Amino acid sequence: MESYTQTDLERLVTQIRRDIVRMVHACSSGHPGGSLGCTELLATLYFKHMKTKAPVFDMDGIGEDLFFLSNGHISPVWYSVLARKGYFEESELATFRQINSRLQGHPATAEHLPGIRIASGSLGQGLSAAIGAAQAKKLNQDPQLVFCLMGDGELQEGQVWEAAMYAAAKKINNLVAVVDWNGQQIDGSTEEVCDPGDLEAKWKAFGWEVLVLENGNSVPDVDKTLSTAKSLTGKEKPVVILMKTEMGHGVDFMMGSHAWHGKAPNDEQLASALEQNPETLGDY
Amino acid sequence: MSILDKFPIRDQKDTRSGFGEALLELGKSNPKVVGLTADLTGSLQMGAFAKAFPDRFFQVGIAEANMMGMAAGLTIGGYIPFTGTFANFSTGRVYDQIRQSIAYSGKNVKICASHAGLTLGEDGATHQILEDIGMMRMLPGMTVVVPADFEQTKQATLAIAQHQGPVYLRFGRPKWPVFIPESVPFELGKIQRLVEGSDITLAACGHMVWKSLEAAEVLRERGIAAEVLNVHTIKPFDEEGLLRSLEKTGAVVSVEEHNRYGGLGEAIAQTLAIRKPCPQEFVAVQDTFGESGKPADLLKKYGLDVPQIVAAAETAVRRKA
Repeated sequence: MESYTQTDLERLVTQIRRDIVRMVHACSSGHPGGSLGCTELLATLYFKHMKTKAPVFDMDGIGEDLFFLSNGHISPVWYSVLARKGYFEESELATFRQINSRLQGHPATAEHLPGIRIASGSLGQGLSAAIGAAQAKKLNQDPQLVFCLMGDGELQEGQVWEAAMYAAAKKINNLVAVVDWNGQQIDGSTEEVCDPGDLEAKWKAFGWEVLVLENGNSVPDVDKTLSTAKSLTGKEKPVVILMKTEMGHGVDFMMGSHAWHGKAPNDEQLASALEQNPETLGDY
Repeated sequence: MSILDKFPIRDQKDTRSGFGEALLELGKSNPKVVGLTADLTGSLQMGAFAKAFPDRFFQVGIAEANMMGMAAGLTIGGYIPFTGTFANFSTGRVYDQIRQSIAYSGKNVKICASHAGLTLGEDGATHQILEDIGMMRMLPGMTVVVPADFEQTKQATLAIAQHQGPVYLRFGRPKWPVFIPESVPFELGKIQRLVEGSDITLAACGHMVWKSLEAAEVLRERGIAAEVLNVHTIKPFDEEGLLRSLEKTGAVVSVEEHNRYGGLGEAIAQTLAIRKPCPQEFVAVQDTFGESGKPADLLKKYGLDVPQIVAAAETAVRRKA
């Protein structure tokens, strides 16, 4: 696991980006923007930082680090990472959002896709589930960690702050939350839609240890921040990484705009996206 | 001999206390059982469990959405969470959390809900949920249980711990007769036949089972032999248990402390429509909200008392002709 070098991870990231745009293109739907923005995080997390039993999967995950994707709409990046990690065949990525697929539009457990422990998509629920799983780890005297990724627009959901308050009050110190701070949501920038204000101050005021990651699209920066976050676990506070990313990163015409939150590329756009992300590990 | 002589009232106890006692028992017998509450430890009678098993009890504060999500998360790692709050806050307030994180995700969470229905009393309509059975019945994979007295709530609480999958367990606030004989077995998913009769079936759940027994006695005095069924499990619905009764009686009154839409009455009506069309009368709240008052006065005002059950039974019997 630790043998993944920065170069290995960057090659993997490029391949995952190819997977993402091909998946959403094939079904003419899905959410490429946030997926592309979180590619460095998920690749680095799964291939360098998380202890898992992949390709073996069991629901309880005793002795493993767990990951919860609260902003379930960025399922393409997660599915690609899970497939590349060996939980299921990469060829299954071709079934994304098709009828009879295990790769639902938003992550689900009903079809028993290995790697997924709870359904998400209706926003705001993942952090609560992650806290519950973290409590279960404490009861089981399991020293492994729980990670949870949320969107920044998602922070408009009240349940997130119920969970944030609880985690600090009860010292859930085996939990690392990550906020994808891309400043975009469906209707526009988060600032325009409903300005979240000073996120750093808000999480601090809620009693969390806050790390700001200035470039969440840099593998070495993500790597370093995850190491720091892990070193801060086991103390008094839960840890959150406010991770600045660019929606659509790695595909020039998608970058930095909310327009590609939930829109699939056409044939020419796909060709352009693939040209910008050359095949590194083999397409599915 | 009066029908009620066969059901001596052993005590007057609230059903929620049955939940609390059983949860404590479960805590002792099953180390995987954990409890969560949203600032209603006392109201849900979870205090004894909390005191005995502080590491396995989670006080979440007034944050029901977070509680439901946490419960779902606790199952990952092998725990069996029992959430405790009022029925309104156990269902309507957190429907989407239950739908996505618990039901759709197939999580083994036991949603335990007190103060259901009109018999909550003085707090009024904001807290008197009359739609919860319907909401929970509609969720795929959800088991819905509405026990009739204190002892049965204990039995049901113990039974749902053995059942793999999400469960909604509904009980209430007021002291109520403890009347179901210990000799009558409790089996999740199986209707209990309390009284045999041939003219009309009274199919009830929760607090209304006792009222239905009282109504059966009045009917007996008027020459109508009522069969009384305790439908403590509303989903999955025991169609065969109901149909066995209807083979004899040919008409049914559903009796529930719930809106007429979505609840036990509808479960029965669906069965009848497909399997055995026959007259049905609905004793239920008539698509209104409740109000503040004493439980007994509210049941009377909203049509859930013995005279209304008797009248509904007489109407159903007439409609058979």
